[in-house]
Amino acid sequence: MTLAELQRDFQTWLVTANAGASLRSGARAMAGLAVYQNNYRAQLVGCLEQSYPQLRAWIGDEAFRAAAITHIDAHPPHAWTLDAYAEGFDRTLVALFPDNPDVHELAWLEHALGAAFIAADAQPVPLDALARIDWDTARLSITPSFRSMAVTTNAEQIWSALWEGQTPPDGAMLERPAGLLVWRRGYVSCLKQVDAIEREALLQLQADGGFAGLCDWLVERLGEADGVAKAGELLAGWLASELITGIGAA
Amino acid sequence: MSTNSTRFSGYGLGLRKEHYRDFLDTRVAVDFVEVISENFMIAGGQPRDILRRIRERHPVALHGVSMSIGSADGLRADYLRRLKALADEIEPLFVSDHLSWSRYAAFNSHDLLPVPYTGEALDIVCANIHQAQQVLGRAMLFENPSSYLAFDGAEMTEWEFLSAMAERTGCGLLLDVNNIYVSATNHGFDPQAFIAGIPFEHVRQIHLAGHSQGAELLIDTHDSPVSEAVWKLYSQVMGRAGPVATMIERDDDIPPLADLMAELATARSLGALRAYHRESEAA
Repeated sequence: MTLAELQRDFQTWLVTANAGASLRSGARAMAGLAVYQNNYRAQLVGCLEQSYPQLRAWIGDEAFRAAAITHIDAHPPHAWTLDAYAEGFDRTLVALFPDNPDVHELAWLEHALGAAFIAADAQPVPLDALARIDWDTARLSITPSFRSMAVTTNAEQIWSALWEGQTPPDGAMLERPAGLLVWRRGYVSCLKQVDAIEREALLQLQADGGFAGLCDWLVERLGEADGVAKAGELLAGWLASELITGIGAA
Repeated sequence: MSTNSTRFSGYGLGLRKEHYRDFLDTRVAVDFVEVISENFMIAGGQPRDILRRIRERHPVALHGVSMSIGSADGLRADYLRRLKALADEIEPLFVSDHLSWSRYAAFNSHDLLPVPYTGEALDIVCANIHQAQQVLGRAMLFENPSSYLAFDGAEMTEWEFLSAMAERTGCGLLLDVNNIYVSATNHGFDPQAFIAGIPFEHVRQIHLAGHSQGAELLIDTHDSPVSEAVWKLYSQVMGRAGPVATMIERDDDIPPLADLMAELATARSLGALRAYHRESEAA
């Protein structure tokens, strides 16, 4: 039995509860193997429970635990950090709850808030720097903690009520598709529901970087006057909320 | 590469988020704190800021759980790079991990799995330690883990493995007294034999923690005070170890800080008593 063979068989034991040849012949006491398998699964369940407390409250302990077990059986962990195991749980929920987009969206936003909390630091743009900007050539940077998702349900209202310890509303479809923005101001993760065009404008800015390009993009959709006005309105809001963390020349 | 020539011999606590406020708002009477390295190997945010602020007040030891020094297929460069960046910023008292493995190929168990005590495993562990110490530019400490499983075909005892590992790589040892007790009980060996076999000149740090009784085995749960049996072993260890850093680890069912400080006072008392005896005998 080489060390590599033993480690391969141990991995198989943890994931499938099937003890390979080196463990059958070389390991003393099944009780010990059972402890390690229990530790393995308990760690992963614990990671998901800690990462998704409001989702767990929303779908209930029993459904959450069943979803966690399904996820663990299908997705053995790979990353060096246990925290990374929470990523991708929303995709398991899509398969388990195909008719409940509120569940998928709640899972996404809860994970995004956690990821934003430990994202790279960035300083907001000081307001006194704005006077010197040539807006025709200005390049804008969005905070590295920014994440967004198109949403169709009231997941933001559900999450906020649960976070505040209040009774959440029933799950419901939005009248029109919207966007969720997640980012961090200082050391506080933020969540905001916006209309679809604001989210798309932020994604346009993230991809292109130029304020002039953002204006052109909005003018195409809203017309000359409304498009330019919307660009100014959005920029002011993003600066105030510290979504913009850099402005430079092209 | 050798271990630090200057021995640090203070008393500390494992820093957990339940006590961040205590450490930020008050002057906690510890000589050092130890943090879990991986909790701070992150891009940014409040945890890194808290660690920086606490580092301004206390020496900090970095204690890892994911290096997987016993992996047959080597260490991960990305992990070492992140750990080095953290160590370079924090300038820690110690950088430690466990004599265990967590990862094989792309799979990561996130547990401290046992290494078989064979010559092949010793060669692999030593090669991995050399690599880690070279990347980090400093000697590391490795801890004896609690284990629940023994492998047939062992070619040496755990303490012989630890001794050879320290001798060949220059790494230090982090002796977890609770783990000695848990493994001795689970595997039926004499903890006195373990202590007698440890090269104390390599021991740089000691961990104390609580354990629980599982269905058939003792489990290293870190969710209760240090047991009487472990205090007795600690006293014996301190009789042999000389000045060495000691700390209390608590990871679950975290009590108020005052409770841990009371446990730390017990460790200080036992350490001082043993130091007095050593000095009396030397005189």
